[in-house]
Formats: sequence, structure tokens, C-alpha cells
Amino acid sequence: MKKNFLGALAVTTALSPVAAMAQTEVQFWHAFTGRLGELVKAQVEEFNASQDEFVVVESHKGNYSETLNAGIAAFRAGEQPQILMVFEVGTATMMSAEGAIRPVYEVMAESGASFDPDAYIGAVKGYYTTTDGDMLSLPFNSSTPVLWVNRDAFEAAGVDPDTDLSTWEKVGDVLEQLKAGGEECPLVTAWQSWIHLENMSAYHDVPFASQDNGFAGLDTELMLNGPAQVAHLTAMGDWAKDGKFIYTGRRNEGGANFRSGECALFTESSAGYAGIKAEAEFDFDVRPLPYWEAVTSEPQNTIIGGASLWVMEGHDPEEYKGVGEFLSFLSSSDVQSAWHQNTGYLPITAEAGDATRAAGFYDENPGTDIAVIQMTAKEPTANSKGLRLGSFDQIRGIIDEELEAVWAGEKTAQEAMDSAKERGDALLRRFESANQ
Amino acid sequence: MEKRVTFRGWLLPLALIAPQVIISAVFFFYPAGQAVWQSLFIPDPFGLSSQFVGLGNFEFLLSDKYYRASFVTTAVFSTLVTLCSMIPALFLAVIADRLIKGSGVYRTLLIWPYAVAPAVAGVLWLFMFNTRVGVVAWYLSQLGYDWNHVLNDTEAMGLVVVASAWGRISYNFLFFFAALQSVPRSVIEAAAIDGAHFWRRFFTIVLPLLSPTAFFLLVVNVVYAFFETFGVIHTITGGGPQQATTILVYKVFSDGFVGQDLGSSSAQSVILLIVVGLLTVIQFKYVEKRVHY
Repeated sequence: MKKNFLGALAVTTALSPVAAMAQTEVQFWHAFTGRLGELVKAQVEEFNASQDEFVVVESHKGNYSETLNAGIAAFRAGEQPQILMVFEVGTATMMSAEGAIRPVYEVMAESGASFDPDAYIGAVKGYYTTTDGDMLSLPFNSSTPVLWVNRDAFEAAGVDPDTDLSTWEKVGDVLEQLKAGGEECPLVTAWQSWIHLENMSAYHDVPFASQDNGFAGLDTELMLNGPAQVAHLTAMGDWAKDGKFIYTGRRNEGGANFRSGECALFTESSAGYAGIKAEAEFDFDVRPLPYWEAVTSEPQNTIIGGASLWVMEGHDPEEYKGVGEFLSFLSSSDVQSAWHQNTGYLPITAEAGDATRAAGFYDENPGTDIAVIQMTAKEPTANSKGLRLGSFDQIRGIIDEELEAVWAGEKTAQEAMDSAKERGDALLRRFESANQ
Repeated sequence: MEKRVTFRGWLLPLALIAPQVIISAVFFFYPAGQAVWQSLFIPDPFGLSSQFVGLGNFEFLLSDKYYRASFVTTAVFSTLVTLCSMIPALFLAVIADRLIKGSGVYRTLLIWPYAVAPAVAGVLWLFMFNTRVGVVAWYLSQLGYDWNHVLNDTEAMGLVVVASAWGRISYNFLFFFAALQSVPRSVIEAAAIDGAHFWRRFFTIVLPLLSPTAFFLLVVNVVYAFFETFGVIHTITGGGPQQATTILVYKVFSDGFVGQDLGSSSAQSVILLIVVGLLTVIQFKYVEKRVHY
């Protein structure tokens, strides 16, 4: 038995490449499957092939929430990876975990890898940067909501597909016409809280929460029951009642309805591009997210969703050097432009955006630059830099519940948002006391 | 005089009960003790620091009207699941028991759903009732009924109850069927000669003789509805719409593993433990008195 074991050990050792013995291993845990998983794998393979000092090992750990949980559980057991992907909602949780994370700006400085914080797009970087301008985690996949249009459905309902959809007032008129023209699903959405509250607030430059949306301190309170938000949700609630807005679920369930050609308009992340392009058997185009003319004459920028890469504490300096090299590789213009063009996620550096434009990608695929323009047209304000709230995953759950009450006609938008504020604030106070 | 088997010495009896005691200690008492301990703190997710709050977590929970509402939801849900899984199972068992030929085939077919894991059962039912592509939802719309469990809380509750009870019918069927086989034929035949028709024989003779089985199934099904239906709810509704299908155990999960609030989540586990303990005591104290062994 023992002899067999030693024999097997000898064989496996002999078979593994000798070079691997000398390489420093860097664990990278992420939440991507399918096409995105393949693209991440390709990035890692390219990095590993580009040098022989470090080897990055990528592993899939479930969806965003599961990946964060796996990272937390691993940290408690002392088995944490060097790099952990955390979705934007978990940002405040990670930031408060001093002693568990190592800020990216520190890792980059110590590793000596090339790193220029100014190269990153402000609206993307801002989400993951302290108020002092230090980058804590590296933006990886960032997207922003846009309006997708099914042109064939417009024509079938007798509405001009090139009609102006820049404001919600105009969209309201169009929904009326679509409905009158026999369209059964005029408008559908994905990620309702992210698009119709978080982004809606930033886009109209109104606060979602006090203390600069949580950037300035843990003693933040929700402000999502303001007049601008309530007016928007009231309109959406009316559209839901009239069958102009169809509610399909809390996540991106609506994507299936839109891709199958059933719905005319769809508010969804710019990263919906890959799926829509692959599946849609109709003529579609992309428009900027509409704004309310009654609230603002010119919209601010939208904010991002997606994930960033956090470096965990408790590893050797040599490993952090590998982390630095890998993060620097991921930020390079070539890697970023390819990622942007393949997925519909935003390029994280301005250079990658320019390279994509120079390569003629936006001309060949009209509308793919709308998200970039929408994010970068204006310098972000305190209300549009992003959100940094503790227990935010749970707060989103509360918002989802309250929104369902509005769509079902059981609460007015004001009642629902007042209740969301009260319930969300209780969680924010708990988070505050847990992280003092 | 009761006959008792006794051991000489302590070693053998201790060795014999040791595996059971060790398993209970490692997999039940230790984690349960940890839950009780953690429920007194608000820890941060990474376990870097934690703050002692005494009964603060319980206070926070019980003052939350949504948490209190979750008790009602759980009561409604577990009552419905228990009824919907036991009554059809009993009915099917009685029918299958009457068959002279082919009962083996029916028996086998009726047991199949038990092999389907709750989460998978959830996905199957969701697929049939999906508001856009579901077969059943489509038929309902042909009949003029607009099925929408995504927004309608009664429909959502109905769907998770049916999906949870479905696989459970098989399990209950097995037990009822076995119990029916052990009802003495002579008693039933005597009643038949006295002129009692089938359903009268069923209610006056068979049902009382089934009561130990029914009682056992009642306890087991309530525990099932409390703890094991998580997969069904997670896949079909995620606790929504609003909080219509958020049962206690689902809230433990969402606060602990989505919200990273381990203090509140532990306090909820402790409350759940007390509730189930109380329920079992009540069942044994009051319901068992009506059971004839």
C-alpha cells in the first residue's frame, strides 16, 4: 500500500512540468461561468504564458454572493486566495474589513508593477477609491444601464423606431402608442433597484443616501424617498397598472422576454450586449438611459454595476508581487479593449476606450459606445460617484420587496420608499455598530 | 414484572452508545451551542472583531414587524404543506390498497417523485408555471386566467406549497400503504358482514388503526416544512413577492449568507430551535393522547 502510494507520488511528480516547481502561485477566485468564464480563463492563460515567474490559478466559486461567501469563509479558516472577485454591492463590506484586505494601491506600490491610477476612467475608479483618492480594489467588470430597443416590435405596433427616446416623458408617450398598436409587453426591466433607483438617483444628481451616498462615513441614511425617485416610481407604477410595464422578477429574468422578441423596450446593463447580439432574431439598437426633463435639463452620469478584484491579506511578499503583475496585465490596453468588445462591459481605462474607437469597433457595432459616453460625459458629483452602503445586498432585497408592492398596486411609491428607508436604515445602523 | 436486559459493567454499554453520542455532539450540540453563543454578539463578517450585545439581536428581531410576519407565513406554509402532502397520500394509499392486481406498478410510480431533490422539484414546477413560457400558465391564460406568481402573493404561496408537498406525497404514501397492509383483515371483514360500507369501515376502523403512522408523519412533515423546503423556495420565489414566502429558515439563510449578519442569523436559529422544540412537545403531549397504538 505504502509502496504504491510512493510510486504514484513519484509518477505524478515526474509528470508535472518541472518549471511549475519554481513558480509562485497566485489564486484568483471569480464568479464567472459560460462565455465570461471562458474569457477569464483565456486572460489568465495569456498572462501565464507571457512570463514564467508566476502562475495564476483561476477558480469559479459560484455566483457573486457565493463567491464573496467562499472568500469570507476561507479567510476565517486561513485559506484565503490572493485575489477575490467581489461584486459592487459588497464593496462596503470589504472596505470595512481592515486586516482582511490589502488595498490595491499598496500592493501595486510594493510590487513595483506599472500602475497609474489616473489611467482609469473616473466614474469606474471612483466606486472603488477612498475619498482621499486611494484605489482599494481593481475595477474588473463594470457596466452601466442603457435602453435596448426592439425595432421590429416598434414597426409592428406602427411606431417609428427612430423616434426620440431620450426622456421618460417621451418614453411614456411611446409606451402609450405601443400599447395602442397592440404590443403586449411595451417595457420590461432587469435589476430594478440598480436601474430605477440607484442609477436613476445618480443620473438626476439627487442623493440615494446621506454622507455622499455612504462614501463619507458609516453614519449614512437612505434618501431614496425623495421627490425625484418617488415621481419616477409613481410613473412606473402607473405603467405597470396599465400593462405598459411588465414586471418579470428581481434579477435579469426580463432578458429572456426581450431576447425572444416579446418586448419592445428593455432597461438593462450594457453587458447584456453579448446575449442580445447572440440570441435576438430582430433588429435592435441601444439608446442612452432616459431621464426626466421635469427634474433636470441635462442628465449627470450613470453609475456602474459589476465587480472588482480585492487582494486579501496574509500572503508572502513574493505572491503579492505576482498579484501586482497580474493586475497590471489586466489593466493593459489590449486586454481591456478585447474584454470591452467581447462582453459589452466598460473599458476600465480611457486608453482602452480610445483603442477600441480607433480600431473602428464602434462604427461596425453602432451603439456599443453609448454606455461609455453616458458614464464619462460629465465629471461625477458626490451623488453620482457610486454607492457605499453596508448590508447593501440585503437592502436591495428590501427595495425589491417594496417595489413589488408598488407594481402590484398595494402601496403608493411614497409609502413604499418611506418603508424601504425605515427598514434599510435599521440595517445600516447594525452595520455601523458591527464595524466601529 | 417487566423483563429487562442488563449489562454487567459500564464499558460495553458506553461503547455501544458512543457513536450516537459522538455524532450528536459533533453535528448537533456543538453547532447549536455555537449558534447560542454567537447570537449574543454582532460580529463582522470576517471574524476580525465582534461586539457583545447580550440579547440585543433578539430585541432587534422581535421588534421587526417583518420578522414577526414571517412566523405567520411559516405557520400557514407548514400547515398547508403538511395537509397537502398527507391527505392525498392517504387517499392514494387507500386506493392502491384496494387494487388486487397491479398495485406494485402504481406503488413504484407513486414513489418516484421522492427521488427528486427539493431544489430540482422547485425548478420543475417553476418551469411549468413560468409566467411567460410555462405550460400550465399558458393553459390558464387560454382559460382567461392571468397567472402571475411573481407579483401575486397567494399564487406564489400556492406554488411553493404544491412544489414542496409533491415529492413528500410519495414518502407519506409509502408509510400509509405499509400501515394499511397491517390492518387485520378479519376486523374489516366482520364489519363488512355487519353491513358497514367501505367509507364507514374506513373512518371507524382503518383510520384509528392508522393513527400511530399518521402521528409520526405529522411530526416528520412539520419538521420537513420548517427546514427542508429551503431549496424549493430559493429556486421558485426567493422569498417574494414582497415577503409572501419568506419562512423563518429562509430568513436565516438570507440574513446570514446574503447579508453576512451572523449575529442576527444565529439568533434566528436559536428562535427556530425553540419553536420546533415547543411544537414537538405540544404534539407529543396533546396529539399523541389521541393516538392508539
